[in-house]
Amino acid sequence: MTFIAPAADSAPAAAFAADGSTKIAVRSLDFFYGESKALKNINIDLAERTVTAFIGPSGCGKSTLLRVLNRMYDLYPGQRAEGEVLLDGKNILGPKQDLNLLRARVGMVFQKPTPFPMSIYDNIAFGIRLYENLPKSEMDGRVEAALKGAALWNEVKDKLDASGLSLSGGQQQRLCIARTVAIKPEVILFDEPCSALDPISTAKVEELIDELKERYTIAIVTHNMQQAGRVSDYTAFMYLGELVEFGETTRLFTAPRQQRTQDYITGRFG
Amino acid sequence: MNPIYLARRRRDLLVRALCWAAAIFGIVWLGLILFSLFWNGLAGLRPSVFVEMTPPPGAAEGGLANAIAGSLIMTGLGVAIGAPLGLFAGTWLAEYGRHDRLATVIRFINDILLSAPSIIIGLFVYGFIVVPMGGFSGLAGALALAVIVIPVVVRTTENMLLLVPNSLREAAAALGMPASLVIRRVAYRAARAGIVTGVLLATARVAGETAPLLFTALSNQFWSLDVTSTMANLPVTINNFVQSPYAFWKQLAWTGALLITLAVLGLNVVARLIGERKGK
Repeated sequence: MTFIAPAADSAPAAAFAADGSTKIAVRSLDFFYGESKALKNINIDLAERTVTAFIGPSGCGKSTLLRVLNRMYDLYPGQRAEGEVLLDGKNILGPKQDLNLLRARVGMVFQKPTPFPMSIYDNIAFGIRLYENLPKSEMDGRVEAALKGAALWNEVKDKLDASGLSLSGGQQQRLCIARTVAIKPEVILFDEPCSALDPISTAKVEELIDELKERYTIAIVTHNMQQAGRVSDYTAFMYLGELVEFGETTRLFTAPRQQRTQDYITGRFG
Repeated sequence: MNPIYLARRRRDLLVRALCWAAAIFGIVWLGLILFSLFWNGLAGLRPSVFVEMTPPPGAAEGGLANAIAGSLIMTGLGVAIGAPLGLFAGTWLAEYGRHDRLATVIRFINDILLSAPSIIIGLFVYGFIVVPMGGFSGLAGALALAVIVIPVVVRTTENMLLLVPNSLREAAAALGMPASLVIRRVAYRAARAGIVTGVLLATARVAGETAPLLFTALSNQFWSLDVTSTMANLPVTINNFVQSPYAFWKQLAWTGALLITLAVLGLNVVARLIGERKGK
């Protein structure tokens, strides 16, 4: 399978024209791993309370873009972003941005489930305690609400003291979602949340994402185009660090405007 | 049969035989040492060993009570001083200094310290503490042991923290957790079994150290819990008694050696048990 990029095809990708208000606006974003440029002039708007999926072949920069939105890259020296990422109109890439407060607003769920080595209850309560001082009864309520929100309550309500590591992979991932939801973020970033899960767990997580978009703005990176089609309202196709095409999911999958999008979604490369 | 395969099988058989021989050769000596230690040590193991003081020359009764107490105090104090320092240094290396040039230098120096002959550490403390303070003391002994504990704990702490997957740190940071909390509440917790094991193994290592105590705590024939004066301890007592012409002293030396070995064995078993519990 070879893919030849059409020459001089640099049509503006930010074709976003939804009625909802913009939660996150990315403007002229470049990203560097040391000397190598991983993102090239990205412009995209994420609408409030919608799901935006990022698809594209491995190494296209979709995870990198996601990690800019909560500045996760800041944990590592040598990684830097240039441009602007506006969250509610305020640039989060500025040096004055408090990273902990940003990450409390922009939560993240990772590819591999990452429960903390503590009880199921504490996995949830831990994050809440970072920013709120609650009496025990109220904390119990918050933990229960978070676990219910992640469709995990019925499976764990009798063993809240058991280690988070004792759960199955799918349950662990829902625990991580509950943990993220518990601190009441505004945006949730999903970085290939189902790639380590079986089909049944995947279906549960997808169902959950569908419910979560009632309250949160969601961005999801996925390798699975069917998944993007199932869960997202908008889809962005990325290739070699560029945003090739962005639009409503149904439109992008049925009538792609770019040749490269067409080639990718029909499986001709990637 | 295929000749290439036959040749491979012959080589395999030969190499496996050599491996077995090497393993047995190593274990036989260890077994002999343990056997003679138990054989000679058990003969003198009586309750009086734990309650009576080390005997004067020529006496036919006495025990090791003061030496046992001194060893416990100095080992405990040495670990109490050295382990936290090692823990902090190891934490810096693994968590904050990971991309720092200085960390490479510190790691290199730590490795040198780790393999430094313990008699040199004893001399160092002699020059730095014993001479200025005007005399041998249990405190100097504890400090010498602490200097030995530090590099061991630095190394194990760093290694254990490096085993904690970065994804766990990212997950904690993604909740808005400051770096200090990520380390204290998540990384330490995930690495706890390994770090505790490291401290226990460092304890076992210094429990049997003789050379650094010769120049620092010296020894003491009487019961003393005063860390500012000379202090009895098992390794130096063994060293002194075993060189003496008295049969009873020699017997006590064997028994003392057995006690240290049992203590080290116990610490290792505990460390192993903690290590195994980690998976749960």
